[in-house]
Amino acid sequence: MNLNLHIWRQPNGQSAGRMVEYNVKDISEEMSFLEMLDVLNEDLLRKGEDPVAFDHDCREGICGTCSLVINGRPHGPYTTTTCQLHMRSFKDGETVYIEPWRAKAFPLVKDLVVNRSAFDRIIQSGGYVSVNTGSARDANETPIGKEIADEAMNSATCIGCGACVAACKNASAMLFVSAKISQLAMLPQGKPERKRRAEAMVAQMDAEGFGACTNTGACAAECPKSISMSNIAMMNREYTSAKLTSDAV
Amino acid sequence: MSWLSTTLTSSIGRKLVMGLTGLFLVSFLFVHGIGNLALFKNDGGMAFNAYTVFMTTSPIIRVMEIFLVAGFGFHIYTALTLTNQNKAARPQGYAYKKSSPGVTWFSQNMGTSGMVILVFLILHLINFYAEYHYGIMYDGKIPMVDINMGDHTVNVRNMYEIVKTVFQQQWWVSVLYVGSMVLLGMHLAHGFQSAFKTFGLEHKKYTPAIISIGNVIAVLLPALFASMPLYFLLTGL
Repeated sequence: MNLNLHIWRQPNGQSAGRMVEYNVKDISEEMSFLEMLDVLNEDLLRKGEDPVAFDHDCREGICGTCSLVINGRPHGPYTTTTCQLHMRSFKDGETVYIEPWRAKAFPLVKDLVVNRSAFDRIIQSGGYVSVNTGSARDANETPIGKEIADEAMNSATCIGCGACVAACKNASAMLFVSAKISQLAMLPQGKPERKRRAEAMVAQMDAEGFGACTNTGACAAECPKSISMSNIAMMNREYTSAKLTSDAV
Repeated sequence: MSWLSTTLTSSIGRKLVMGLTGLFLVSFLFVHGIGNLALFKNDGGMAFNAYTVFMTTSPIIRVMEIFLVAGFGFHIYTALTLTNQNKAARPQGYAYKKSSPGVTWFSQNMGTSGMVILVFLILHLINFYAEYHYGIMYDGKIPMVDINMGDHTVNVRNMYEIVKTVFQQQWWVSVLYVGSMVLLGMHLAHGFQSAFKTFGLEHKKYTPAIISIGNVIAVLLPALFASMPLYFLLTGL
């Protein structure tokens, strides 16, 4: 199949960018979206042009590195990662718009690559369980009910790709932050630090410049891992009760 | 900053302020709508004028008025602050936009519906608050009426006459009112259920009921308010 691509090109964060039109030919519908971009880049390299920069790593839908807003939707038309999106989802001759995640907290590095370190800093502020050093503890030392383990696992499936931020009209990171706060608040290992965690992670999220939540549901609709909006309600509960009862004055 | 101001100025705290003031304003809409039903009593406005006397003299209502102005103030101020912050969170927009499945138009446009309601509110205050106090369309000669207060009669400003005049003579006001109520309905349909999620109250047992109640409120309240200008427009034909 042949495609008409409109891709955001920007040499770096300081200079201006624009949409550039490219045509790719003889694309197999078995190819993944990223392989289609590989074909384009090989073509550009042959012509001596600068290839399009985009993030990718595992190409198995588990690492959360790939991104791209495709025809106005993060990771394209289906709830999957861009690496797991295949060209059979597109029609021959279709025009496809490819843009980077748009958020102040995700500064653009080059073309379609943005810096998602803001997510790392939010996790560093409290998205962990403190464990004293020493020998590893027995895996089944703390019994956890099946329902709680399942719920926590649902939240833990977040791969931190940032599609929620890209989809949200407010560029809010609440689905990402709430998934981690909820996951750890549900588990016995996470409970001792739950108040400090909720306060610190929300403060870091705000400091990074993400927007607030309007409960539109766009984040959950676009999440490749189907993280539910109930995580946000749980984070609101965790944060409010932490603020009302914690010792941090 | 103290812990309280830190909380209330955080992203979640501001949403809490929106939700709390929003639900308080919904409770006001209930009282306002039910009280105004007196307009429909076919007694030449006696019931409505007696209600007006109560609303303008009762100490409880005067105190609640302060809370009401504060409620509107905080709701509007916080909305503007959040909108600015949310806009700043995405300085560069998308060239190609497509809304996600299951996302309603009005959940994405609470600011727009809110602005229409604010314009309506200002017009509403000019139409009725200003007319009742200053009688602009009567050149200061506010129509008076005798009403029976049980054992005695009192001569008061004829609020019923003002309402009737505005709705019947300025038909475009009535049209604007009805149109604003459609947007109020959209605002309530999303705002009511969203407020509960902001408070962290979400559960598969209760959330469907909250959403349904919100939808009923979003239809009933605006329909009740819209029926008032329509009633005067149609009876004045």
